[in-house]
Amino acid sequence: MQPWPWWISGILVGFTVPLMYVATGNGFGISTSFQQIGAMSSPRSRLAYFRNFDRRKGLWTLMFAMGIALGGFIAANFLTAEPIEFLPASYLSIGGAARLFIGGILIGFGARYAGGCTSGHAINGIANLNLPSLLATIFFFVGGLAVTWLLGFLIF
Amino acid sequence: MSSTLERPPEKHQSAMAVARSEKVTATTKKPITPISKTTLLFSLLIGVYFGVVLTKSEVVRWQRVHDMFLFQEAHMYLIIGLGIGVAMVSMWLLKRFQVHSFATGQRIEYKPKPWHSGVVIGGTLFGAGWAITGACPGPIYAQIGGGAWLSLVTLAGALVGTFLFAELKGKLPQ
Repeated sequence: MQPWPWWISGILVGFTVPLMYVATGNGFGISTSFQQIGAMSSPRSRLAYFRNFDRRKGLWTLMFAMGIALGGFIAANFLTAEPIEFLPASYLSIGGAARLFIGGILIGFGARYAGGCTSGHAINGIANLNLPSLLATIFFFVGGLAVTWLLGFLIF
Repeated sequence: MSSTLERPPEKHQSAMAVARSEKVTATTKKPITPISKTTLLFSLLIGVYFGVVLTKSEVVRWQRVHDMFLFQEAHMYLIIGLGIGVAMVSMWLLKRFQVHSFATGQRIEYKPKPWHSGVVIGGTLFGAGWAITGACPGPIYAQIGGGAWLSLVTLAGALVGTFLFAELKGKLPQ
């Protein structure tokens, strides 16, 4: 069965939030792992954003990220008959890599500036009725729709 | 870790010397956040679970994200919407019955993310990156694990973006 239907997927995605709280005591979120990696790679950084980050407390974000990668490996290799096309073939080029790099910068910068990403803001935040998270999610879509509809002819 | 910190003093040491050495460690070392092995283990396991769900639901595919922003299919909207709904009901129940985390023993509490202009500016930039790369942070890791090595470029970009934010944080409107 490929892919899982939206309702199974949606229920399982939603359950990640209470699972994380009950089993680890932490709020579901992924982009903090970027700050953790930054803080671990420059522990005596002159940048307060890394220097003042509690690297021990944040270690779980890195474990979570590695788990997600492992989950991707298991799903792609053992739970799927046909190979999954993660990225379109056109991205396997210099131009494609450049797009991924620039897009990646926007993801890292934007998620940390906004204080969270799709997991921390859109799912965990809205589920906890946090108004700034609802606004963040609206602007995730403002940015994504603007790029797709207004600049799409240049990018895709 | 704790065994080395709590090692009993050598027998021949005098009480004064012990008191002195304790004072030295207390003043020179910052308080260390204990690392819960339960938290780390379950973070990894929940990560595996979430990675499988992201991959099997195809949320990790660029095409799915692109079709979402083009309004060509409802798949992503339905998954995100239902995910929020299930999480909302779960959180209501956890708070209603004052459930405690078994890793920390403390009552489960949501720490609200604050409002500031970064929510709008950062949020818009993040959305743009999501549309271009077809991945948000979770799927970036799942793509790499799934064998899409090109996504290492996306991750490298995201880390550069994080360093850029750390560098500019003081100058950005908050």
